[in-house]
Amino acid sequence: MIMSLGPYASFIVTSYAAAALVVVLLIGWIVLDYRSQTQRLREFERSGVTRRSGRSATDTP
Amino acid sequence: MTLIDLANPTRFLALTGRLLPWLAAATIILLTIGLYQSATAPDDYQQGATVKIMFIHVPNAWLSMFVWGVMSIASLGTLVWRHPLADVAAKAAAPIGAAFTFLALLTGSLWGRPMWGTYWEWDARLTSVLILFLMYLGLMALWRAVDEPSRAARAAAVLTLVGAINLPIIKFSVDWWNTLHQPASVMRMGGSSLDKSFLIPLLVMAVGFTLLFVTLHLAAMRNEILRRRVRSLQMMQASRVAFSEVGISSREDSTSKEVGAA
Repeated sequence: MIMSLGPYASFIVTSYAAAALVVVLLIGWIVLDYRSQTQRLREFERSGVTRRSGRSATDTP
Repeated sequence: MTLIDLANPTRFLALTGRLLPWLAAATIILLTIGLYQSATAPDDYQQGATVKIMFIHVPNAWLSMFVWGVMSIASLGTLVWRHPLADVAAKAAAPIGAAFTFLALLTGSLWGRPMWGTYWEWDARLTSVLILFLMYLGLMALWRAVDEPSRAARAAAVLTLVGAINLPIIKFSVDWWNTLHQPASVMRMGGSSLDKSFLIPLLVMAVGFTLLFVTLHLAAMRNEILRRRVRSLQMMQASRVAFSEVGISSREDSTSKEVGAA
């Protein structure tokens, strides 16, 4: 089935493309931020700076 | 697991680790179904194919207010109950809410041009949503401007609660003022005025976008908890360096006194 978007196709396609782009940027930002924070925590642990509890900062119970 | 159990960030991290894959999968499935239904939905007799823009505009508009509502509850948690994760929840939600509000404004504008003949009109609904977007940006700037997280949290919580006044203004702006924006057609007294062929894809997309928010919010909260751990370890490292420097200088002082006495 070929979808017909009529004379305003550019408005519809731009709306969906913009939504997809913003969602992808949000996901990318959150994933990269997670990697950055876990990497920094591992660097601290390697240099001997640990939490008072002695647990790894990236660990979960 | 109770809300009090979740006050422990380590337990919260464990829970998000287990929940996130399931939430992400449910989000992808629902948004795929919603996009398929949106693509195959019939044209509206007045709007034509531009009705398809509504399937992303309306969920984003709902979420722009819903996210501020979540932040307002979190702000109460910060100010009243002092829940350790309340401020984390509010801070993590702000950029996501700003993104949804931006999309609501953009897609509304792209729908407005062919339907109203203009991208923008300074009517009550559009202006109040623009104010909401600016408030999101202001909150994000506030969190970045104050170094100490607890001080920033209290100021941001007060600002969020004051900003919540805007939510009923947005919702009822179409009833209180004569606006270009159409009145509510889904959530209204007497039920939805939408045909099922439009209502079902719209609701599926709305649930899909809400799940997307929950998934992104939990992931962003996890990042914020890790960021605070990084900060506390940085401070711990700085204090160790400071103590060791004090120790060295006091040893040098005592040595010089001993030399002087000799």
